Amino acid sequence: MRRVLILLALAAAAPALAQSSLPPARYANTQLEDPRQEAKAKALMETLRCLVCQGQSIADSDADMAGDMRALVRERIAAGESPEAIRAWLVDRYGSWVSYKPPVEPLTWPLWAAPFLLIAAGAWVARGRFRRRRR
Amino acid sequence: MRRLILWLPLIVAAVGLGGFGLYLWSASGTDPELRNQIRSQMIGKPMPEFALEASLPSHRPLSASNLRKGAPRLVNVFASWCIPCRAEAPQLMALKQRGVPIDGVAIRDRSEDVAAFLAEWGDPFDRIGADPNSKVQFALGSSGVPETFVVDGKGIIRHQHIGDIRPEDVPTIMAALEAAR
Repeated sequence: MRRVLILLALAAAAPALAQSSLPPARYANTQLEDPRQEAKAKALMETLRCLVCQGQSIADSDADMAGDMRALVRERIAAGESPEAIRAWLVDRYGSWVSYKPPVEPLTWPLWAAPFLLIAAGAWVARGRFRRRRR
Repeated sequence: MRRLILWLPLIVAAVGLGGFGLYLWSASGTDPELRNQIRSQMIGKPMPEFALEASLPSHRPLSASNLRKGAPRLVNVFASWCIPCRAEAPQLMALKQRGVPIDGVAIRDRSEDVAAFLAEWGDPFDRIGADPNSKVQFALGSSGVPETFVVDGKGIIRHQHIGDIRPEDVPTIMAALEAAR
């Protein structure tokens, strides 16, 4: 009896509302008519971070806010704005956090220098090895 | 010398990981609640231009020009579907009682839902603008609901409170309003 009651209660339970009941914005899940513009928008969306999920790009996220951000990107691309200008507009508001494309600034110098330093270190190690073998 | 070189990769990795850890720690601050918060870069900058339609017939619409009327105001970014917004409602009502003017931006919301929300949890708002596609939220650099901005009399954004306003946050908000005077 108790089990039946629990099952009934579970069947009747509604999920807590933490999402908007408004339908998604027009361009949240609809591609732009012009495939070249859509390609530009898609490339940009893949390098913008979803603000409420943070580990996903807005292209990958199902969050309402990510949908609104996709709509913003598509509308601005359709209006002729360049992807980098849209990125800059968002970075002005949220900091480099919002972009998956790290800027070149003092904080990220080590990041950009790392490949060159590693290659140099590798060359130096390899040079030592080859020298020893020749002997 | 060779011994040292053997240890070198480990030392480099340890320094790198330590540095990264330190960076994460400093970025998150000491307060665990501050983690994962993305602060707006708009503090100290003028309120972006916008004009929102009224969310409800009982309230006037909200535009940026309403936020430079000579006295500091609060702009509360909220939604009827947002659970923490209910938790902060008593604090907003208390601020209103103290004479703080508060305007609302309703994110992705329907008129009837906002009306029901205000009827249940109290209505601290002068004006409420409807932001159905989160456009104003993005322009503000706000990354969720609820968030509250202190705007001074000239329309400059002075302070951002992320998350619900708890009773212990009220003095900070009052101080920010006083500083914006």
